[in-house]
Amino acid sequence: MAYTVRRPNLTFWEKLYLPNIVAGLAITFNHLKKMLKGETHVVMQYPEEKWDAHLPEYYRGAPTLVTDEHGRERCVSCQLCEFICPPRAIKITPGSLPSDSQFAKVEKAPEAFDIDMSRCIYCGLCEEVCPEQAIYLRKDYAVTGESRADMVHHKDKLYELGGTMPGLVHKWNPDK
Amino acid sequence: MDFLNDIPWMLIAASIAKTLFLIFGVVLPIVSYTVYAERRVSALIQDRLGPNRTGFPISLFGFQKDLQLFLGGLGQPVADAMKFLLKEEFTPGHVNKFYFWLAPVLAMVPALSTLAVLPFGNFLFGQKMVVADVNVGILYVFAVASVGVYGIVLAGWSSNSKYPFLGSIRASSQMISYELSLGLSAVPVLMIIGNLNLSEAIQYQIDNGWLLLPFTDGKLTLRELLLWIPVLVSFIIFTISMFAETNRLPFDLPESETELVAGYHTEYSAMKFALFFLGEYAAMIAGSSIIVVLFLGGWHVPFLPINTLESSTTPSGIALGFLHITAFFAKVVGILIFFIWVRWTLPRFRFDQLMKLGWLYLFEIALVNIFITAAILAWVK
Repeated sequence: MAYTVRRPNLTFWEKLYLPNIVAGLAITFNHLKKMLKGETHVVMQYPEEKWDAHLPEYYRGAPTLVTDEHGRERCVSCQLCEFICPPRAIKITPGSLPSDSQFAKVEKAPEAFDIDMSRCIYCGLCEEVCPEQAIYLRKDYAVTGESRADMVHHKDKLYELGGTMPGLVHKWNPDK
Repeated sequence: MDFLNDIPWMLIAASIAKTLFLIFGVVLPIVSYTVYAERRVSALIQDRLGPNRTGFPISLFGFQKDLQLFLGGLGQPVADAMKFLLKEEFTPGHVNKFYFWLAPVLAMVPALSTLAVLPFGNFLFGQKMVVADVNVGILYVFAVASVGVYGIVLAGWSSNSKYPFLGSIRASSQMISYELSLGLSAVPVLMIIGNLNLSEAIQYQIDNGWLLLPFTDGKLTLRELLLWIPVLVSFIIFTISMFAETNRLPFDLPESETELVAGYHTEYSAMKFALFFLGEYAAMIAGSSIIVVLFLGGWHVPFLPINTLESSTTPSGIALGFLHITAFFAKVVGILIFFIWVRWTLPRFRFDQLMKLGWLYLFEIALVNIFITAAILAWVK
């Protein structure tokens, strides 16, 4: 149903419009003055000021690979993350550990592990699906490169970003 | 015969020198830095920072860092100009090519042509600081400035696209409507001055105090006090009409981004777009200069000596000549900053409100104002 919006009854000065323009100019001038004096601080100047200290625990940055406290790669190249990755950013070439390693008969390791950061959508499904808890989304968000090839994170880069994640794998941990 | 041969060449050389100085030395730099000021002031008013990074690119010449001056970002106009020059000049297939190319020129040229009659200084090096000291000064300004609407109309029409077309229709009706109140509000000023020559207008204001501030000659008579009322009214109407003429907010309906994409220059890119942009700002400068000349005493600085044609080649005369030029452009820049300030304060008018304001209020008030001025001039001595 149509209804009528009541218009306010304006006084003569309000109808004249000019005093209100002056009032508006005063408001904007005060904003300008406060900005020039440095009293307003609303803008973060990005490369100099960063928000890193305030990133929440659950922040999903670049996916990385981690090693355990003994320096063993956690990834066993099961390729689950590769299969679940929605934008198909992950590419794993499965391989074995060298035969002189004491774990050679125990588990496998990826020969190559590439994450194309120009495709990654930071969804975190790889982290969620990993049975070995080898892949984690860390807090790096500024991923840059000068070519498409630069944007691919290879295995050594992934381990460098990921570092060590000590503790038992939750899956094998009776306490969890 | 030497006399006949020599004089015109001197005049032509001096005119070319003055034109080049005015356009490339003063107006175009002011235009580019008005764009910078527009972005910076708008940002500061909205609690942002605006472009504060781009320095002068001296690192291209082997220096360690770019040159950053006090507020930062002063190299932005240079970068903008480079960007406009290097971008792809894209002409859509559906446009009327000839008029599409003609329109940006027609937007830029009238704005710069109006500067020809503006006295931007007194005397310098034995020359009067005005390119053409004609007796129809103010009429020439109105005539040439109204040609500027052709650029916008042709741009909208030749683009063969609905948004530019709507923008140009709005521009033409708006500019034609507000030219009335613009012209009529200048009439009281011309009646008081009694001359159409802009140099004479300034001379009158030197003798009798600026029209808007009649006490700048050190005294205030009853006649000046009474004339102050119509002058104030015509100043307000003239300024409002100038906003509408230059398509500035709150009257920027021809290019209102929220309704018409970008209005009449939607289909333009690269340097052709930049010409519209520069034309708009050059028109702003021309408009502010006219306000300064008619109401704010032009190049005159109160309580300071004025140099003459004879003294303008002596060191003190040259210093005074430069001071007058600086004073003129300082006033112009002041008005430009006011333009920017208003733009980021007021919301846009609706089109019917714009037409109502122009035809029902400003036009009538300006008309009545003429009679009030005439009565004061006739009866108060």
